[in-house]
Amino acid sequence: MKIFIWISLIIIFLSMLGTLVRVFKGPSTPDRLIALDGIGVMLISIIALLSIVFDTIFFIDVILLIAIMSFIGTVSFSKFIEKGAIIDRDTHR
Amino acid sequence: MKKNNVILQTTAKVTFFIISLFSIHIFFAGHFAPGGGFVGGLLTTGAIVLLLLAFDLETVQATLPFNFTIVIGIGLLLSLGTAAGAILFNVPFFTHAFAHFDLPLFGDTELHTAMIFDSGVYLVVVGAAITIIQSIGGDE
Repeated sequence: MKIFIWISLIIIFLSMLGTLVRVFKGPSTPDRLIALDGIGVMLISIIALLSIVFDTIFFIDVILLIAIMSFIGTVSFSKFIEKGAIIDRDTHR
Repeated sequence: MKKNNVILQTTAKVTFFIISLFSIHIFFAGHFAPGGGFVGGLLTTGAIVLLLLAFDLETVQATLPFNFTIVIGIGLLLSLGTAAGAILFNVPFFTHAFAHFDLPLFGDTELHTAMIFDSGVYLVVVGAAITIIQSIGGDE
């Protein structure tokens, strides 16, 4: 069981490296955005696997926190791509 | 240009309360488990930023009518007051006290004065982050 978890950790780490390549030399901004969102999901899975390895429940809050922060980041990036401005001053203009 | 943000606004109205509840949980879990005032303040800031993304600066200012610069001052006053109050009892600076109380709903509860310090940190983080975002976030 330990070997299985370590192998999956290594696979997730390698796929995270592959996603970093897309972040650095992605041709367009949506490519980078989707790659960053994927990195968030991979961080969550790495933390979940590490909490199995270390046999602790203290990392569960960290998983939810990274998920919330990644969600807010993705929403703000996509609003920047779609509208050009992140925070409006007045909607009823 | 008419903006059409119905999905984002409906999602943000629900998600704001979920993130706020989680920030309260992580603030009160802070003494013996991961968490505390700083992370709770950051999560509350994230919830307010989600509202800012879905709506706009003036709507959020009308919904949460605080002057966030004063919030920083209140937080600093709480933190430094708790830290300096230890001097009055003839113990070193930043010494914290705790005791067990028998509260009606919670049973045997351990209350710390570090909690007051932590709530000061929470207010400072929320005030500073929201002040920065409101200052540099709005477009012209």
